[in-house]
Amino acid sequence: MMASSYNAKEEDGHHSGASSGTGVSKNKKPDNTAFKQQRLPAWQPILTAGSVLPAFFVIGLIFIPIGIGLYVTSNNIKEFEIDYTGVSSDSPCYNCAKNFTWNTTEPCVCTVNFTLHQPFESNVFMYYGLSNFYQNHRRYVKSRDDRQLNGDLSALTDPSKECEPYRKSGDVSIAPCGAIANSLFNDTLVLYYVDSNNSISEIPLVKKGIAWWTDKHVKFRNPAGNGNLTLAFKDTAKPVNWAKPVYELDPLDPENNGFINEDFIVWMRTAALPTFRKLYRIIQKKSGATPTLPNGNYMLNITYNYPVLSFDGRKRLILSTISWMGGKNPFLGIAYITVGSICFCLGVVLLIIHHKYDNRNTSADIPS
Amino acid sequence: MCVPYCVGEENWVDSRTIYIGHKEPPPGTEAFIQQRFPDNRIVSSKYTFWNFIPKNMFEQFRRVANFYFLIIFLVQLIIDTPTSPVTSGLPLFFVITVTAIKQGYEDWLRHKADNAVNQCPVHVVHHGKVVRKQSRKLRVGDVVLVKEDEAFPCDLILLSSSRDDGTCFVTTASLDGESSHKTYYAVQETKAYNAEKEVDTIHATIECEQPQPDLYKFVGRINIYMTNEPVARPLGSENLLLRGATLKNTEYIYAVAIYTGMETKMALNYQSKSQKRSAVEKSMNAYLVVYLCILISKALINTALKYVWQSDPNKDEPFYNQKTEAERQRHLIRAFTDFLAFMVLFNYIIPVSMYVTVEMQKFLGSYFIMWDDEMFDEELGERAVVNTSDLNEELGQVEYVFTDKTGTLTENNMEFIECCVDGHVYVPHAICNGQVMPGAAGMDMIDSSPGPAAREHEELFFRALCLCHTVQVKEEDTVDGIKHGIHQGKSTSFYISSSPDEVALVEGMKRLGFTYLRLKDGRMEILNREDEVEKFDLLEVLTFDSVRRRMSVIVRATGEVYLFCKGADSSIFPRVISGKVDQVRARVEQNAVEGLRTLCVAYRSLNPEQYEEVFQQLNRAKLALQDRDKQLAEAYDLIEKDLILLGATAVEDRLQEKAADTIESLHKAGIKVWVLTGDKMETAAATCYASKLFHRNTQILELTTKRTEEQSLHDVLFELSRTVLRQHGGMTRDTFSELSGDCTDYGLIIDGATLSAVMRPGQEGSNSGNYKEKFLEICRNCSAVLCCRMAPLQKAQIVKLIKASEEHPITLAIGDGANDVSMILEAHVGIGIMGKEGRQAVRNSDYAIPKFKHLKKMLLVHGHYYYIRISELVQYFFYKNVCFIFPQFLYQFFCGFSQQPLYDTAYLTLYNISFTSLPILLYSLMEQHINMDILKKDPCLYRDIAKNSLLRWPTFIYWTILGVYDAIVMFFGAYFLFDNTTFTSNGQMFGNWTFGTLVFTVLVFTVTFKLALDTHYWTWINHFIIWGSLIFFVVFSLLWGGIIWPFLNYQRMYYVFMQMLSSGPAWLSIILLITASLLPDVVKKVIWRTLWPTTTERIQVGTNACRNREIRTVSSAEPGVPLKALIVNGLQCGNVH
Repeated sequence: MMASSYNAKEEDGHHSGASSGTGVSKNKKPDNTAFKQQRLPAWQPILTAGSVLPAFFVIGLIFIPIGIGLYVTSNNIKEFEIDYTGVSSDSPCYNCAKNFTWNTTEPCVCTVNFTLHQPFESNVFMYYGLSNFYQNHRRYVKSRDDRQLNGDLSALTDPSKECEPYRKSGDVSIAPCGAIANSLFNDTLVLYYVDSNNSISEIPLVKKGIAWWTDKHVKFRNPAGNGNLTLAFKDTAKPVNWAKPVYELDPLDPENNGFINEDFIVWMRTAALPTFRKLYRIIQKKSGATPTLPNGNYMLNITYNYPVLSFDGRKRLILSTISWMGGKNPFLGIAYITVGSICFCLGVVLLIIHHKYDNRNTSADIPS
Repeated sequence: MCVPYCVGEENWVDSRTIYIGHKEPPPGTEAFIQQRFPDNRIVSSKYTFWNFIPKNMFEQFRRVANFYFLIIFLVQLIIDTPTSPVTSGLPLFFVITVTAIKQGYEDWLRHKADNAVNQCPVHVVHHGKVVRKQSRKLRVGDVVLVKEDEAFPCDLILLSSSRDDGTCFVTTASLDGESSHKTYYAVQETKAYNAEKEVDTIHATIECEQPQPDLYKFVGRINIYMTNEPVARPLGSENLLLRGATLKNTEYIYAVAIYTGMETKMALNYQSKSQKRSAVEKSMNAYLVVYLCILISKALINTALKYVWQSDPNKDEPFYNQKTEAERQRHLIRAFTDFLAFMVLFNYIIPVSMYVTVEMQKFLGSYFIMWDDEMFDEELGERAVVNTSDLNEELGQVEYVFTDKTGTLTENNMEFIECCVDGHVYVPHAICNGQVMPGAAGMDMIDSSPGPAAREHEELFFRALCLCHTVQVKEEDTVDGIKHGIHQGKSTSFYISSSPDEVALVEGMKRLGFTYLRLKDGRMEILNREDEVEKFDLLEVLTFDSVRRRMSVIVRATGEVYLFCKGADSSIFPRVISGKVDQVRARVEQNAVEGLRTLCVAYRSLNPEQYEEVFQQLNRAKLALQDRDKQLAEAYDLIEKDLILLGATAVEDRLQEKAADTIESLHKAGIKVWVLTGDKMETAAATCYASKLFHRNTQILELTTKRTEEQSLHDVLFELSRTVLRQHGGMTRDTFSELSGDCTDYGLIIDGATLSAVMRPGQEGSNSGNYKEKFLEICRNCSAVLCCRMAPLQKAQIVKLIKASEEHPITLAIGDGANDVSMILEAHVGIGIMGKEGRQAVRNSDYAIPKFKHLKKMLLVHGHYYYIRISELVQYFFYKNVCFIFPQFLYQFFCGFSQQPLYDTAYLTLYNISFTSLPILLYSLMEQHINMDILKKDPCLYRDIAKNSLLRWPTFIYWTILGVYDAIVMFFGAYFLFDNTTFTSNGQMFGNWTFGTLVFTVLVFTVTFKLALDTHYWTWINHFIIWGSLIFFVVFSLLWGGIIWPFLNYQRMYYVFMQMLSSGPAWLSIILLITASLLPDVVKKVIWRTLWPTTTERIQVGTNACRNREIRTVSSAEPGVPLKALIVNGLQCGNVH
């Protein structure tokens, strides 16, 4: 008896367990449930020309208007872009770009003039754009310490190894550490309006609201230091490429200083592609009917600190209005129109096929 | 002490000597060499507590897939890779742990069972006293006392029993499922020692072969030192009590242990059965190789491009992105580690989870077979059994079915129909379902009554049938049950035998007035017509074997010695010297044509000298230690000659219920059915006609000994192939028409002798290979083949031959008896029928079903379902991982080939584990593209999936291209959306993680919707799982980005998902990209379905349209009609075409 029960178990082990229950239960009749008999009630849809047709037409009819709407919206967005890298010798920033050294104490300033032919009516968003800048390079992306940026005190003095080679400066740890922080974009752009009688007026640029709210308020935190940032960062060194330490990014506004400086936060969100733009400033619409940026001449004053020529990069200034769908991007509209039309055409093709073949098939089926 | 070579050394190599009761033999007789034997501990467990972890790990990592993932994981640990080791470590750890826990649990159960067995008490005779011992302490040579209903603790040689004749009854139900009581014999010299004191005085040694796994073979010799004069007696399997068998109907026995522990035949038998691999698994492995190549080439391309890109130092190391000192220095191995890093980045293209899902699908899916109500047999109380779930989908791929006849096609419920003595036919008239009507002993004589000379033959014939068998009488009532039962004419006792023919014959004899009573003390007792008991001394039994195809007994009655022989006509007639051969042969052939099983009976009377000679021959053969079987066969051959024919018997074996219907369905499904039987040609052919294997218009080709006697084998083969090919050539034009199956089909009949001639290797040099090919060619063009007169091994040979033929078709063997085991093991799928001939077939099969008719549902429904399910599973898994990884590959072109992952670690890890795993698993368990009733009704549908049609290269390439297309749509859709612009209404910018998340969101939705589009059977579970897993993805993403996770050292996903969802264009692009990704597949499906529909698709459309119509009419007319009626209506509609 022992041996027989032992056999059953041994067999079980050998046959991947699926045969369990052989000879164990007296009543081997399987349960007659719908699930076990694979007879659960089910909806059995089949994709046929007939059933898919309406869907194609519906998709076509929905997508094409959406696409047109998107395309029109995108076209109504005004965008102005100017490259101020200074590659060619006739560009105003040529000298700044060429004579760049890291050790200059005297900032190089250059001025670019441009004309807006159309007025920008609503809020204008000012971006700087970089090209050929691989913010998505793996070595670069990981070179940061989110704990440190979150105000973690231990990480402040002992940053993550990922920050190498921008982890320590001598024996003192760098705050904020890592390649991303180290390469913070530090050109200063000031925009002036030159009105018809050549008087120059500076356009007020708002530097708040350019970073994600959650980044500014949750993800990035200054280390605790009783409100005194200098004290909080006293055991740390500034990043190598920086001119001033992190607690002097915006000395005038404690809510925008240190790790929670919005320019810094924006930079720390690494871009997806090597050509990217980042929000720099917002030009708020003035009350009344005057456009935010009337057409006319403008002057862009650049404190040229950021070298890009070494890696064949480009720097741009972009002025853009924003709609509900963001900046100017005809892609989505075109794509919607294309897919919608394809669907519609396929619908027509299927309709033909359906009429020609389906009828023949079903009629041929029945008599044979 | 003598060294081993004094004795014939070879003897020691393959035999062992056992000293009964550990008593040394008298000095001088033989060298005393203490051999070491293991103790009686059974270890079925694989692991111990200490070696579990290393051994289990080792075994798991021996699997190629696991090893591959381990390597990836180690690479991630060692070198600086883009993704954290967690992404591949976690799934691997999960898989390994689950497997280890499962195996550990199973092993723990085995340990428990082992302990229970090893510690169970046994009674051992020690110095004349019975001592209790734990079973595991039993040693070879111990004399054991076993009581009634106890199981034998190890393999024992019976010394004596409580019965005076030294026999005992044993049931081997737990070994091979045969519940009949088998008789085992003690050696004459020791049978008297049946008390503990006496047993202890036995002085003997046993020489026997080293343990072998064959349960039915044993050769040994016992040397008994009675009075210093050793007596040698042969030992055979009739003396060997096997571990696992149980003592029955015998009060107690004494026996000596010869094989213990892991050397018992049972333990040897449970060792590994060779594993079968399914065709799908082979395709899967082929795909894997392709994907591995893709993976490697991707990594190589990227590595190369990376170095091209990096050749510009400003790109390699711009001011903003300096390398560390360590990174700069590793120049030599740099390229290699880069390559490895790319491999790691793309390794998800071969997912761990696919293996897990496939295993789970197979394991869980097999339950549907076991749960199937329609495969439950009320009569037997049995349901289908799944022994290996690895082959579920192979059931949908079967091209050849090899079936046994007796017990498989037929009931194996034998009924005695008639007998014929010298041409006079006797028919018992009270037949009532095989039960004997009391007082109905009598017979009808069809012919005129025989003369007095024939009278003698008649008497002999009946006695022969009463004596020449191995039937046992099973006593219902142990208290003098035999006498009571049979004398009163009540059926309180019944006959049991391993062969139902014998039972039928003995019962038939009973109805004709001769009742076999019992075998007692070597005497067989018969109750004759005059109610007198006749006693015969049973001298020898020349047991049945499938090579000789006959058996004989030698009995002595009142001084005269007779040999009665019973066997197949072909094995009897050549040995007959007199008797009315022609009349009997005519009758036999006539019966055979009617599908009856015939046996011929003959006798030979032996005078004392002859008997002495026979006795000597047999004894010599029996005593031989080597080649005993061969010697016995030779001896039998010499003895069974010069026979006088008495007559023949006919036994009917009815066809199994719905056997014909099943065979017809299989034919329609494009499956070739071969019947392999040991029966004679005429009988088998009759069965084949009855079971519709051959139709009336089937042209029968014969390849039999009869024909090859007339012509040479060569000519016959060529002639047949010409016939077949002419037909075939004429058909080629028509094969393009849809109804190619309807040409006049051929049936081939071949017998064992001719087959072995065809198969004989190297007989005529190059010609022999030619024969095989010719034979295969003929077979290929025949719709049905009948192989008769087959030995078990030949059955396996045939299967092997077909398996190895050019097309490598998938074969299925089905049978119920021990003689089918070899072919069941040989075929791709082996199916056992829970028949009457024991359980060996079932035990060795992959699946077991109660009746032949269940094969229909097994193949047409379950096989079909499993095949489409698993093929979708495999294709879909590769597809979804192409979709998953290809964007990552494309991204490398935009991130400076820096191995930057596109997706977050959590997404990389969970994509295959949780976001997309359950829907496909569920699909692969539940999908029914066509209603199962239609599948059963319309076997042609089976052809749609034949030849692995859903896993061919074009399909695979289509899926892969689809995956690449989807990946391109997703990646570049997101790329153009992100391209140097913003798409938030507050002007803020998104980063690379939002990019990846957008692609990932589209990805998860696309692959899930793709599966939803492929699902034809939406139960509430499907809805729940598909929508549930999408909701889970969203909820997870919200949660994952919703908190600053304290245990993570990066917070890159913080609010990324929510920010993305707050943007309108992101929603719009998600919708657009999903639509664009799915569009081509939908269009392809619809167009193909309309223009080039497969049968399956036609029926789907047909039934759907039909059902809709029905539902509409029904719902308007009478709302209460059950669903069943609708399905039936649907069926009729579907079959109209």
